[in-house]
Amino acid sequence: MLAVGAHRGVLLETDGREWGPVATAAAIVAAVGELGHTPFPLILAGNESADTGGYQVGIRVAHALGRPCLTGVKRLELAGDTIRAAREYRGVHELFEVALPAVVTVREGINLPRYPSLPGRLRAKRAEITVLRPQWQADGLRKQGLRVPVESARRAQVLGHGTAAVPALIDVLGDLGVLPPAVRSGGDGAAA
Amino acid sequence: MSEVGASTADAGDADRAEQAAASGGGVICLVERDGATIAEASLRALTFAASLAGPLVSVTAVVPPRSGTGMAEPDTEVIAAVLAANGATDVCLVRPADLSAYAPVAWARSLEQLTETGGASAVVAAATDHGSEVLAHLGAMAGLPVAANCVSAQSSGPGSWQLVRQRWAGSVLEDAVLEASRALLTVAADALPPSAAPGGGSLADGAGHRPTVRVVTPALSEADLRVRATEAGEQSSGMSLATARVVVGGGRGVGGPDGFATLEELADLLGGIVGVSRVVTSQGWRPHRQQVGQTGTKISPELYLACGISGAIQHMAGCMSARHIVAVNTDADAPIIAHAEYAVIGDLNEVIPALIEAIRARAS
Repeated sequence: MLAVGAHRGVLLETDGREWGPVATAAAIVAAVGELGHTPFPLILAGNESADTGGYQVGIRVAHALGRPCLTGVKRLELAGDTIRAAREYRGVHELFEVALPAVVTVREGINLPRYPSLPGRLRAKRAEITVLRPQWQADGLRKQGLRVPVESARRAQVLGHGTAAVPALIDVLGDLGVLPPAVRSGGDGAAA
Repeated sequence: MSEVGASTADAGDADRAEQAAASGGGVICLVERDGATIAEASLRALTFAASLAGPLVSVTAVVPPRSGTGMAEPDTEVIAAVLAANGATDVCLVRPADLSAYAPVAWARSLEQLTETGGASAVVAAATDHGSEVLAHLGAMAGLPVAANCVSAQSSGPGSWQLVRQRWAGSVLEDAVLEASRALLTVAADALPPSAAPGGGSLADGAGHRPTVRVVTPALSEADLRVRATEAGEQSSGMSLATARVVVGGGRGVGGPDGFATLEELADLLGGIVGVSRVVTSQGWRPHRQQVGQTGTKISPELYLACGISGAIQHMAGCMSARHIVAVNTDADAPIIAHAEYAVIGDLNEVIPALIEAIRARAS
């Protein structure tokens, strides 16, 4: 993080327990408060965890700080004190514009992370990381256990190997009604 | 929240709604539009919500205004019939004067006001981008937890629910207990059975019942409307991955950026569009907007033709709603083979050109 351009790093060290979105957001809000001499006009976060897919931490932080929150952002522009963001939902572009300060959560694909530069790496090595130990809190949702779902034993019907399978594949595509209409005249007729 | 109109309620419906309100156990479900119809994910979430409610308890489908301008409002009767077939006893059409575009906080505020006036015990939404976002706002406003990506929920006493929810896009299931004054749940709709058509089999008590339809106007502050879609238009680049009828998928097996020309050609022939796996975008072979999967686009085509894609769970999370999956892969043991309906075992760089040739020969 520091090697790719962050000015400082703060580690919120947890105790290995399951930190839900309520506890995580509270810890971030507390940390922003403790570092309060910096106004942080823009707070950036990922949109959701790959694990629980909760979509909540950024939004809960925004509510606690009284800020607007833009989520799932795939394009972001800063124009003075205004932030413009775009995302796509069900094939429709959604554009948002809010004034700073704000919280923005981004999606994979918004950019390609830059590589750490050599001076960046050296700076990162020397940097001191502030460590905070936030208090865990219960939120009413308690994990009892994890299990692997029962996989269906279903396997695909193999149509064949290599190019020899093409006629069978054509039949399947024809049955699904996705082939362009055949315009063959006479003979064996159109399969689709 | 003010109620500006009521229609189609007969006496029996009103009694039922009152009874439900009195019992305090009503369930509310946020319903999303998909063009002129109701989103399939929302209908599945509604059936889930109905299963959570007892027989005497109301199941209220909350329908926010349709996004975008200049679009005709679909027939309320048609919407009500579809919602009733999937378990709704009440339909609430949210109609704020100043809300024609998607505004997540305003939607959440509407739900909050409806839950308070109706004393709902649970609020459910499909775990879509909008559903997840709105419920997260509701949770933050109400100081309540949100259980995301549920696949089952059962009441286990007042203020207590036994849940099963997806972790890691469904590769792991979590058993959990939720204790809260009101359950806020998002539903992994892909994992639930398809919705019922109006007049079809009865899914829940009250299915086919003529629902009470109300039009409500929430009290919104300026802050509730700070975040709103200022412009929402169809993608300019023609067909969209999310709504395409045919998707031709390309993965690592394509071998490099040049191999996609063949897949594009096939997609054109089938009236479809090309989608790719994560490895393809992280290699920089194709742009991220073509990515199908947990962190890309979720697709639901008639046919997903997955070429050279191994079928990692994060990819499958984006394509499990495809009606039919056909895989072309050199590895007969690839995970995609377990998810596909049909498979061709072979190199896509040989099979796809031969397929294109055969389709062209057939059409000439």
